[in-house]
Amino acid sequence: MAQVVPADRKWWGGGRSPFNVEYGKLMMWYFLMSDAFTFGAFLISYGTVRFSSHSWPDANHVFNSFPILGNGLPLVFVSLMTFILIMSSVTMVLAVHAGHNNDRVGVMKWMAWTIVGGLAFLSCQAWEWTHLHEEGAWWGRNPFPNYDGTVASTNFTNFFFTITGFHGFHVFSGVIINIIMLIMTYKGVFDRKGHYLMIEKAGLYWHFVDLVWVFVFTCFYLF
Amino acid sequence: MENVNAEHAQNEHQADSAVKVIWRTFWILLGITLVELTLGMFVAPHYHEYKHVFNGVYVILTLAKAFYIVAEFMHLRHEIKNLIMTIVVPLLLFVWFIIAFLADGNSYLKLRQRYNKPVYEQAKPQEHEQKGEEAKKPGKLD
Repeated sequence: MAQVVPADRKWWGGGRSPFNVEYGKLMMWYFLMSDAFTFGAFLISYGTVRFSSHSWPDANHVFNSFPILGNGLPLVFVSLMTFILIMSSVTMVLAVHAGHNNDRVGVMKWMAWTIVGGLAFLSCQAWEWTHLHEEGAWWGRNPFPNYDGTVASTNFTNFFFTITGFHGFHVFSGVIINIIMLIMTYKGVFDRKGHYLMIEKAGLYWHFVDLVWVFVFTCFYLF
Repeated sequence: MENVNAEHAQNEHQADSAVKVIWRTFWILLGITLVELTLGMFVAPHYHEYKHVFNGVYVILTLAKAFYIVAEFMHLRHEIKNLIMTIVVPLLLFVWFIIAFLADGNSYLKLRQRYNKPVYEQAKPQEHEQKGEEAKKPGKLD
């Protein structure tokens, strides 16, 4: 829904937000921008170390397991995780959309699905971490050889667990925020306020988590 | 009051198209992800010497996905220009950030290759142009 704004409006004349959004939403944007720099710093330091290494473990070799189906399935499990996160982003937009129409039941339905998606993603990550740990990978331990067959340093596992862990913690916080939003919606807090802007702010955070995953996915599983 | 009603009618009209845009964005994101996965699973492993080309393709596809998430899901495309600029312009720092730090990592690799050469050649005598990390593992002879 594009903002319909007269072209000659004086945004900086005072009396209104020059950015045409509510204060909390603007601050959420700035928080996410700063968080983007945090994740960016993590991923770029990973890139720096990887650029300074002569070889690196092969993602197709490291990430090739799927629950029950076993090994030899490169990238299949992470595809599932990516799909779950994109899907939960869609249900989040649909919740925001229902909020625009002040549709309380719709918001609750889509928030519930978003929470389910978030929990599913966290479960997948828990499985993946457990599986890698069983294979001997952890902070300070790397059982996977480099692509050229040489012994790899622990840089790979250190960066992998730190960055996916930091992302997973964001997903976890997002799920908690979404649960709080669902409870507030259920109690009719937003109906009494007359708007569902809080859902939009939670939504921005949730989409950001999805956005970061897009980069984590490329950096660890594709490169 | 008329104004409010008109606005409401407009919102109703926009509701369907908004949902359509959401699902269209979803299909675009899913499609790009499937292309990435197909390349990563089935194509790239057979052409390891062209890995950097595939990496370039992944970067472009990733940025395309990021654009759709931020523009449509986070709605930034539909905000006013002032807000878009205040978010996007600081992020341009990443351009410098990435170039500077990756060049730094690459330079470190080159330096080690040049100055650790004796140790390194002992570790891997047959290929002495590419490897640098061997220096960390003296005594490895193959």
